[in-house]
Amino acid sequence: MSVESAERPRKVVGAASLQSFLWRRPWLRASLLLLPPLGWFVLIYLAALALLLVTAFWRINDFTTQIEQVWNLDNFRIILLDPTYRLIIGRTVGIAALVTVTDAILAFPFAYFMARVASRRIQTLLFAAVLLPLWASYIARVYSWILILNHSGLLNWSLQSIGLPPANIGYTYTAMWIVFSYIWLPFMIIPTYAAMERVPESLMEAAADLGARRWRAVRDVVLPLALPGVVAGSIFTFSLTLGDYITPILVGGAGSTFIGNVVYSNVGIANNVPFAAALATVPVAIMALYLLGARRLGAFEAL
Amino acid sequence: MRRIEAGSGAWFRLTTAAAAVTIALTACGSTGGSTGSTAAPPPTANLAPLTTIGPGEGQLNLIAWEGYTDTSWAKPFTAATGCKVNAKYAGSSDEMVTLMAGGGGGQWDMVSASGDADLRLIYGGDVRPMNPDLIPDFGDFQTYFKSPPYNTIGGIHYGISLQWGPNVLLYSTKKFPVKPTSWSVIYDPANKGLVTVPDNPIQIADAALYLMSTQKNLGITDPYELTQKQFDAAIVLLKQQRLLVKKYWALAGDEISLFQSGDVVVGAAWPYQTNTLQAAKAPVADTIPVEGATGWGDTWMLATNAPHPNCAYLWTKWVSTPTVQAEQALFFGETPVNTKACAKMEALSAGSCAQYHADAPGSYFDTIKFWKTPIATCNDGSKNCIPYSQWQTAWTTVTA
Repeated sequence: MSVESAERPRKVVGAASLQSFLWRRPWLRASLLLLPPLGWFVLIYLAALALLLVTAFWRINDFTTQIEQVWNLDNFRIILLDPTYRLIIGRTVGIAALVTVTDAILAFPFAYFMARVASRRIQTLLFAAVLLPLWASYIARVYSWILILNHSGLLNWSLQSIGLPPANIGYTYTAMWIVFSYIWLPFMIIPTYAAMERVPESLMEAAADLGARRWRAVRDVVLPLALPGVVAGSIFTFSLTLGDYITPILVGGAGSTFIGNVVYSNVGIANNVPFAAALATVPVAIMALYLLGARRLGAFEAL
Repeated sequence: MRRIEAGSGAWFRLTTAAAAVTIALTACGSTGGSTGSTAAPPPTANLAPLTTIGPGEGQLNLIAWEGYTDTSWAKPFTAATGCKVNAKYAGSSDEMVTLMAGGGGGQWDMVSASGDADLRLIYGGDVRPMNPDLIPDFGDFQTYFKSPPYNTIGGIHYGISLQWGPNVLLYSTKKFPVKPTSWSVIYDPANKGLVTVPDNPIQIADAALYLMSTQKNLGITDPYELTQKQFDAAIVLLKQQRLLVKKYWALAGDEISLFQSGDVVVGAAWPYQTNTLQAAKAPVADTIPVEGATGWGDTWMLATNAPHPNCAYLWTKWVSTPTVQAEQALFFGETPVNTKACAKMEALSAGSCAQYHADAPGSYFDTIKFWKTPIATCNDGSKNCIPYSQWQTAWTTVTA
């Protein structure tokens, strides 16, 4: 009895002191709370990236195709000097940029209507409509575009029905541009919409009071305030296009190889993981630069 | 080699189909000098094959192309022999090689490898010699497939041939009322934007085959053994062709829709595409032009440490019989190696024997250059040939 009574209060004191100990040190509380997810992130994500980067500096033995841990820059030299890879990188970045601009132009009026014009009911309906395509599989949506764009597809059939010559855009850059813009459009609309919804109505009223017509108000008030949202959306559309390799296979024509396709064939066919790793660092570097720029434009506050 | 209709795995299979990274292969070649021959023999060359087939072990573990163990012939096999067939479908030649190499030696009994994987398996020591005397139908095989160079080395059989198919010239009969006789149509600027060829590095061999007859001074004798000069010439030809190509197809289904929609009118294909398109009443036909064609051949190979060798031999015996050969050929649109299968094919589908060239005379096989792994060691023992890894790199520069 005496032993029990002696121990019990001490336990309570222990727990309470731990509590107050943590209370007095909020940084410790935060680190304990963040440690598991952060450790996970470092281990799984950063370690994998680091490994990728390290592998890129190795090479494979031409005869055995085994990886040799010999430090060299040959892979990067080939990527920088061989015009083939410059062409592929240029094409990938170019189309990613074009898709991003297209989506921004398409998304802006749509998001504006959703956020500032539509009634609550219409807004919900439009929101569902934007998200609806994401329910269908990526492949099915790309294939449906093949049916529209190919030689005897819906597009040419429609053109011919109204007496116009056929447009042969199946299996071209144009086809890739259209399909990418379609596929990633929701990822642009949603952040743009979120940014626009946050523009206070009072600012619009103030602009009106100062004599600005609606267009002027959109241009000088909504556009600058929604820009971080557009930039946030562009992170998605740009990076998703940059990393894609399925759409080029399915709707691209001859000469539609993307960075991802070369990475895939080097890992899957040639077993040349170091070269694939070196090439894979290119989109990582491009995205790092892009994100730096996006941060300066305030995109991270809009996410 | 192609369960194209299967879909998901097919793309991988195709693009990797010819993926022949020559692991031990070239390494063997480099030690070849000591033996005085062109290359060291495969590691399992001295393992004696079975001389009689004992009672089945009750189980059989196979790595196969999807459908190669279809129940329509696997079930009667199990009923007849008591060997239960456990199949693992592989999506690509690479996957087959990886599975065999990583199987721990005792997991798998057999693999239905294609010509592009065979040499890797043989020189990797993953498969062992087989005794064709234990396969009664072997005597009825087309002569070529008794000892094709992709599965028989120095007279030792590292497997028993199964089925094969040519890579044909597929064309629209609307655009070409007269049958084209040369592969030149897929290199002809007149067909700009109307051509499709497989997205596969082994396509370099098709260009080399064409150069064999059009640029004789290059001295190409084997489209899979190219010196730097010959290789460069093939790449130049392919880069010119690149301007005419509408799309490099990855999946057989892609090529079928390209022809169906009229996006292309001529291309390199398998008989499977022709049959599917013709069945859909599309105005197409195929031919093997005067220059000949490349082709692929599948082989059942026995794992070095196969735990159920008797069942493996019983299975090989079973799939070599005319009936099963014919069933499998019609199931996939490929051609049996057993000449006796012709009559069975006719019984199942009139006209199919000639359609698939199952009755072809021996001379026909001189016109087909079957896929094999390009390696650094040429036939004459010199090391001047371009190995597969460079084929792959060059293909990227062609199609980019």
